[in-house]
Amino acid sequence: MTSSGTSLNGRLDDVSGDAGYAGHPQRVGFFTDTSVCIGCKACEVACKEWNGLPEPDAFTLTGMSYDNTGGLGASAWRHVAFIEQDVISEIADGAATRWLMSSDVCKHCTHAACLDVCPTGALVRTEFGSVVVQADVCNGCAYCVSACPFGVIDRREDDGRVWKCTMCYDRLRGGLEPACAKACPTDSIQFGPLDALRETAHTRLAELHAAGQGEARLYGDDPDDGIGGAGAFFLLLDAPEVYGLPPEPVVTTKDLPSMWRWAGASAALLAAGVAVAFAGRRQ
Amino acid sequence: MAECHPVAFQWVIEAKARGATVIHVDPRFTRTSAHADMHVPSRAGGDIVLLGALINHVLSGGHEFREYVTAFTNAADILPEDYVDAEDGDGLFSGYDPKTRTYDNATWQPTGERDLTLTHPRCVFQVLKRHFARYTPGLVNEVCGISPADFGRIAATLVAASGRDKTTAWVYAVGWTQHSTGVQHIRTASILQMLLGNMGRPGGGIMALRGHANIQGATDVPTLFHLLGGYMPMPGAGDDMASYLSRMPDTGLWGNKRKFLVSMLKAWFGDAAIAENDYCFGYLPRITGDHGTYRTTLDMIDGTVQGYFLLGENPAVGSAGGRLQRLALASLDWLVVKDLTMIESASFWRDSPEIASGELVTERIGTEVFFLPAAAHVEKAGSFTNTQRLLQWHDKALDPPGEARSDLEFIYDLGKRVRAKLAALDGTAAERDRPVLDLTWDYPEEGEHPEPSAASILAELNGYGADGAPLSSFTQLADDGSTRCGSWIHAGCFADGVNQTARRRPWREQSWVAPEWGWAWPANRRILYNRASADPDGKPWSQAKAYVWWDEEAGAWAGHDVPDFELTKPPSYVPEPGASGMAALSGADPFILLKTGKAAIFVPSGLQDGPLPAHFEALESPLRNRVYRQDNSPVAIDYRERRPTRAQAAGHATTFPYVVTTYRLTEHHTAGAMSRNLSRLAELQPELFCEVSPALAAERGLQNGGWATIVTARAAIEARVLVTGRLRPLRIPGEGVIHQVGLPYHWGSEGLVTGDSVNDLLPFVLDPNVFIQESKAATCDIRPGRRPRGPARQELVNSYRRQAGLGETP
Amino acid sequence: MRAAEQVQVPPADFQSYYGKPILKVTRWKEPHLPGYLFLGELSGALAVVGAVAHATGRRSLARTARLAATAGAYAGGATLALELGRPERALHMLRVAKPTSPMSMGSWILSVHSALVSTAAASEVTGRLTGLGNAAGVASAVTGPLLAAYPAVLLADTAVPAWHAAHRELPLLFVGGAMTAAGAAGLAASAVSHDRSDFGAAYRLAMIGAAVESLGGYGLETMPGLVGEPYRSGSGGQLLTAARYLTVSGGVAALAARGSRVAAVAAAALLTGGGLCAKFAVLRAGKASAADPKYVVASQRPTASSHDGG
Repeated sequence: MTSSGTSLNGRLDDVSGDAGYAGHPQRVGFFTDTSVCIGCKACEVACKEWNGLPEPDAFTLTGMSYDNTGGLGASAWRHVAFIEQDVISEIADGAATRWLMSSDVCKHCTHAACLDVCPTGALVRTEFGSVVVQADVCNGCAYCVSACPFGVIDRREDDGRVWKCTMCYDRLRGGLEPACAKACPTDSIQFGPLDALRETAHTRLAELHAAGQGEARLYGDDPDDGIGGAGAFFLLLDAPEVYGLPPEPVVTTKDLPSMWRWAGASAALLAAGVAVAFAGRRQ
Repeated sequence: MAECHPVAFQWVIEAKARGATVIHVDPRFTRTSAHADMHVPSRAGGDIVLLGALINHVLSGGHEFREYVTAFTNAADILPEDYVDAEDGDGLFSGYDPKTRTYDNATWQPTGERDLTLTHPRCVFQVLKRHFARYTPGLVNEVCGISPADFGRIAATLVAASGRDKTTAWVYAVGWTQHSTGVQHIRTASILQMLLGNMGRPGGGIMALRGHANIQGATDVPTLFHLLGGYMPMPGAGDDMASYLSRMPDTGLWGNKRKFLVSMLKAWFGDAAIAENDYCFGYLPRITGDHGTYRTTLDMIDGTVQGYFLLGENPAVGSAGGRLQRLALASLDWLVVKDLTMIESASFWRDSPEIASGELVTERIGTEVFFLPAAAHVEKAGSFTNTQRLLQWHDKALDPPGEARSDLEFIYDLGKRVRAKLAALDGTAAERDRPVLDLTWDYPEEGEHPEPSAASILAELNGYGADGAPLSSFTQLADDGSTRCGSWIHAGCFADGVNQTARRRPWREQSWVAPEWGWAWPANRRILYNRASADPDGKPWSQAKAYVWWDEEAGAWAGHDVPDFELTKPPSYVPEPGASGMAALSGADPFILLKTGKAAIFVPSGLQDGPLPAHFEALESPLRNRVYRQDNSPVAIDYRERRPTRAQAAGHATTFPYVVTTYRLTEHHTAGAMSRNLSRLAELQPELFCEVSPALAAERGLQNGGWATIVTARAAIEARVLVTGRLRPLRIPGEGVIHQVGLPYHWGSEGLVTGDSVNDLLPFVLDPNVFIQESKAATCDIRPGRRPRGPARQELVNSYRRQAGLGETP
Repeated sequence: MRAAEQVQVPPADFQSYYGKPILKVTRWKEPHLPGYLFLGELSGALAVVGAVAHATGRRSLARTARLAATAGAYAGGATLALELGRPERALHMLRVAKPTSPMSMGSWILSVHSALVSTAAASEVTGRLTGLGNAAGVASAVTGPLLAAYPAVLLADTAVPAWHAAHRELPLLFVGGAMTAAGAAGLAASAVSHDRSDFGAAYRLAMIGAAVESLGGYGLETMPGLVGEPYRSGSGGQLLTAARYLTVSGGVAALAARGSRVAAVAAAALLTGGGLCAKFAVLRAGKASAADPKYVVASQRPTASSHDGG
């Protein structure tokens, strides 16, 4: 691993240092333990209230169980998903129901594609290891919107700029925890130093496995994964795609060198093609 | 609980983390079920059978906590020979008068003899056994749709988690109370808990989930027509103080009833209340009949009630039978509505189903409606009382905007103005006006536009001694007029002049009982009847569940909580014959608010519908009663125009074949005024929807995300459709499949998001003890598509009524 | 006793959250994105044409090419600015130079290229500072091919499966398109002008371009696996097919272009149309690829959906 310069993928233990911060606090993030989420949506409300997010234009039922938010977006930075499943249960005479609930959020990736592709430098890494958009810089090119492997960041059409979870950067600088973590009554959303959260998560996973919940898994916790591990990782009770999450996301920037090589070769081909076309006498 | 009390539900999650098993019984699989170890789908209205079968299971298997039952309950009481149980009366107990539809409880009174072996055929224990002998797992299957295997698991878990070393708690809310047999639901659960020795012990008991809109505080202080403060009853017509007091027990804590009453009257009437005038007892209002809200609503239509104050209440949406509610409001001369937003009960005159249908015409409604804006909870100081009797004070954070005022300020100001007008009436106040003029009405005022100090009112509830100092205990109350106390159960909440309810000592800095967080009535006892956590000799039943115990050396009760017992009364104490008050109770009688100090498995008096719970079907049910010939509660309050005949009931069940049950969602709050006007909440659940099983959807042609019209004998509403596996059709032996339709009731015609009012569907049918409406079980039809508009809407209802043989809408 | 629930979720081929997209569908619009791709490619190729023309004494062609390249570059820049949510902040693109961002690199390439090619064109028109102008023109022959090719990197460097997987095919498609566009412009010009001396170069450039472009298109259409389905089906597939027909027809028409002005114009129109269709196709395919979650899942779980749905 490189100790200087920006690495494009792979394990990166000091993401803020790599971004240029000389001294900085411990990296903090979210561990969302969906096994104790009760779907109350206090996180959605707290986030919207604290950040003053705009109200929707229309109020319509989606028909997607109790999820009327639909997904993360420019004005929804916490989104509670509801998945109803028919399951086979040893206990309940065969047919039973399972209702998965999960509060989704920006992953604040170690290797954040949105940050990598942002041409204006609007998206930056903070001293806490989180990723934020500087709204006074963003010109709404929406490149990040297509680059995010989780479909988190989006552009507000009436505003022109992109918006996403800031991990309550203002609250962090005030020594407070993000609004969603504060509001969550069951501590499904836990906030704190990322290392400690990863330990907690592994302990919790072991508990669930011991209790027979074999499908439980961690998502985004592994610093060797395709995005270098997430600053907001999860404990899920089923496959990621069930929750609308990509199964094994990889930061798109990983393949950038190869992409430039092919582009370079093609550029040379263009020059050669013109040269060949003009070779020989004029006619 | 996760739906309606999400913040409190964190403690269930915490308990699970510590190894607790959570079982959830509910017609629907809810957000609570998602975290339960076991969800048991059941038919709304069948819980007395489930609980009764659990009682039967405990008794048949000898799983009761025998020593506890013998020592601490009235299981040993022997009943008179002329007592006839519902088991032998085909659903009726002895003493029923079909003309008045009431019970005379003379034959229910224990003889005074007791059999501690619990074998006498007429002892409560044996009567109980016979009473529930037919409540079998098979019956549970027939009535509730719960499989015998599921029942077996519930029973096994419950029994294994009760006894000396473990306790089990039952948690309920309106899923039990909002039935015509609501109180008996809770009774069945409490009998079960008494048999298992789960009362008065940590981790046990029955927790009623309250706290919404401070409902617990409203019952304590109170706002119910049949209660004075501190759970003393309201006097009846013809009562004087002596006759009134004679109807309350002389034994146990109620032995102090005169002290409680006199101190309350002194608090209310001050110097005007003297021994010679029975402390102004004569000023108190009297009950002359049924003053419940539904009776009052009908009285408005009849013209005998002309005016109405609605403070933070929205009956047009929140009460059953919305049409009658709105017709009633339209019949008034004047109506004062005080609320945070324009609620449907204030706008009915211009926008309501009756306006749309033409049944009401705005220009012809004579009601003068006054709408006064109210202060929100952060704009006023005060306390909330939650399900654990815990008072928690909150300070005022900011002034209310514009002309919004707190209800406290409004009432106080209204009182001042009324008193001024009365006092100005030609100098000689009529006898009739004295009660208002003699009230103590002089609270200190504070703030910009002066409002009475809520803390001073709390202090008045706490009370003052003869020396004018705040009381620290209700034991300091006297009946000679020297003490003042607005509510004996609250005495101590302002001890030493400190607002104890405002305490917020963090849990890390105190014991696990956390007595210094807030203040619980009475006397900051966190578990009621906690002497029952120790055996008759005063030793804890087990170390694991040690809570309160007798300290022989100190000669007093000690423990983790304030003992709910006389501090120095030893376990060995035996009362003298003819003793009264607390002295009448022995050292082994923990239930000090009950006459005998023993927990009442059998309730000889106080309940309208029987000394023991019996299962009856809801007044609108698809099924006949499988337990007794008597289908419905014989004493339920039924205001329907015509009580259906058997044939009509059958026709009704064919026309309206599905069970409809109403409930709440996390995202909205009660009748919706506070949540439908907030975009943050409104967007989370923007539209009224019904929940139906895939099978019902297939049967009736309903699509997920589509529309449905739900019709009952009273109304037709429309809702979006959610087809969900969380509603399971119930297989009822002999009946096939019973379908249930679920409806959250939060919508109305006002607000950012609007919808039909679900409670319009429900009848005026109430529990006879506490007048709660039966919102949890009725019957309906459901069809795809939106409902008709205008007059055609009620015509649709009438077409159903004709089909059911009920005639037109009255 | 802990009543743990043993749960088996019945297996499924593919699961999603109510069929909703995992990614956000691109905010880039029609005609802006395809329009820019076309204008940028054209400007890039013409810059090279201008440099080669200048070096081989084709002065008039050099001037025309450089003027057209300038127009294309600025029109392209304007198109890009209009795509922005905040067009007034277009210059924020030059706040930083960020190698990890193809759009940052592209903004600089476009800016430098525009400066170079307009300097060269100004010099051609005014006849002044010819040394500087020529040097600029030669330099623009370096930025030109980069301008034509970098958008492929920009599109591939996203999470959109159909774009990310096409990082070999897209550059070919775009540089092919660049040559085709420049060649087609030349064919059209030769059809209307009296001077047909550059017809041969235009013809050869168009044919080389068409071949390269077709190769790129073929690569997209035959991309293996589910991830290639958006190039074979739906709106993207239809437009790519149309592009193929147009380009081939344009090539055939070009064969007759030497003798027929009508054929020359037709060839130019068909070839240009084919190029535009291909760019619209790429955008449409990208939208479809982001909109259906199966593509994301398939690209990350190859065993789950290895069958080709198209």
